[in-house]
Amino acid sequence: MKAIQLEEVQSYIDKLANEEVYIHLETTNGAYAKAFDPNAYNVGAYIRNAKLTYTRGKIVKGEDAYRVGLKHEIGWIYAEGLTDYEITDQDQLLLAGHDREGRLMAALQISRIPFSN
Amino acid sequence: MDFSKHKHVVVIYPHPDDESFGTAGTITKFRQAGVPVTYLCGTLGEMGRNMGQPTFANRESLPEIRKEELQNACEVLDMDLVMLGLRDKTIEFESRDEIAERLKKYIEQLEATLVITFYPPYAVHPDHDALGAAAFEAVKRIDKNKRPELWANAFIANREDYIGHPDIVIDTIDVFDTKVKALEQHRSQVEGMLSQLTDGEKPLNKNERILSRFQYETYYTVDVDSVPF
Ligand SMILES: [Zn+2]
Repeated sequence: MKAIQLEEVQSYIDKLANEEVYIHLETTNGAYAKAFDPNAYNVGAYIRNAKLTYTRGKIVKGEDAYRVGLKHEIGWIYAEGLTDYEITDQDQLLLAGHDREGRLMAALQISRIPFSN
Repeated sequence: MDFSKHKHVVVIYPHPDDESFGTAGTITKFRQAGVPVTYLCGTLGEMGRNMGQPTFANRESLPEIRKEELQNACEVLDMDLVMLGLRDKTIEFESRDEIAERLKKYIEQLEATLVITFYPPYAVHPDHDALGAAAFEAVKRIDKNKRPELWANAFIANREDYIGHPDIVIDTIDVFDTKVKALEQHRSQVEGMLSQLTDGEKPLNKNERILSRFQYETYYTVDVDSVPF
C-alpha cells in the first residue's frame, strides 16, 4: 500500500457512489493487547461484505491520518486513522491505518464485487 | 525423552506461525527421530494485523501470503500440512462438534499416537482456545484403548495458578537454527514482532531475542477425561 493520495481516493469514492457496493470495515488493537497489558482490553470489530449503496462519500485529512465518511440511504459508514491506500487489480479500494510498527489499526474497503470470504 | 517411540504426531493449531513459535523445536526432534508429523492448520490468519515491517501485505493479499509462508515453514520443518479452511477469529463461533468430528477423522486416519494442541482456556487467543477445545473433544471421542497421547500448550500469564507447571519441557537449543529458520518463513508476522522483543535494557541480536523467549517448548500432558474444557 502507499500513503493516501487524497484526490485519487476521493475520485474513486465518487465513482462508486450511487451503485451497489460491498464494504469491509474493521478496527482492531490485536488479540494480544491484554496479554501485554493486563489493564488493557482487546478491542476489535469487523464487517465483511456489507452490501449497500452510498449517496455521498468524502475523505478528510486529519492531523496525522485520514477520516472517511460514507452516507448511505439509512445511515453512515465511518472510519478514522487511515494512512495508506491501494486500488487492487480487481478495482477494489483498500484503505488502512497502520501504527508505527506497521500493524493494522483500521481498514475500510470498497468493492463492486464481494470480498473473498 | 525418546522421540522415536511415537508413530505419528498430529499438531493442531489455528494460525500459520503457531507451529513455529510454540512447537518447531519439538517437531524437529520428532522428525530427526524418523517420526512423521502432520500439521492441521485451522485458518490462514486472514485477520492478522501484522502486515510486515515495512508493510508489504494488505487485508486482501494477506491470506495468500500467509499460505505460502506456512507452506515454506512446513517444508523447513519437514512435516505434512493440511489446511482446514476455517477463518481467522471465527473458530469459537463455529460448531465445536463439527470441527471435533473432522479432527477425529484425521487423527484416526493418520493413526496418530500423539496430538499436540493448545490448552483451553489458557492459550490467550480465542481461536487457540476454541481449536484446542475441539481437539480435546476429538481425542475424547476416540476409544480409550486407541486414544493418542495429548500434549497441550498454555501461555496465559497466571496459568500455573490453575494447572501448575508443565510436565514436559523441551530444550530446543540443539535444533534452534531450524526453529529460527521456520519462524523466519513467516515474514509478514514475525519481523515486526521480533524487533520488539528485548531483554530488559540489554539490546539483543536476532537469535538471542528469539532464544530468550522461545528456547523452551513446554506442554502439559492432558487426560481428557479428567480436565474440563
Ligand atoms: Zn495463533
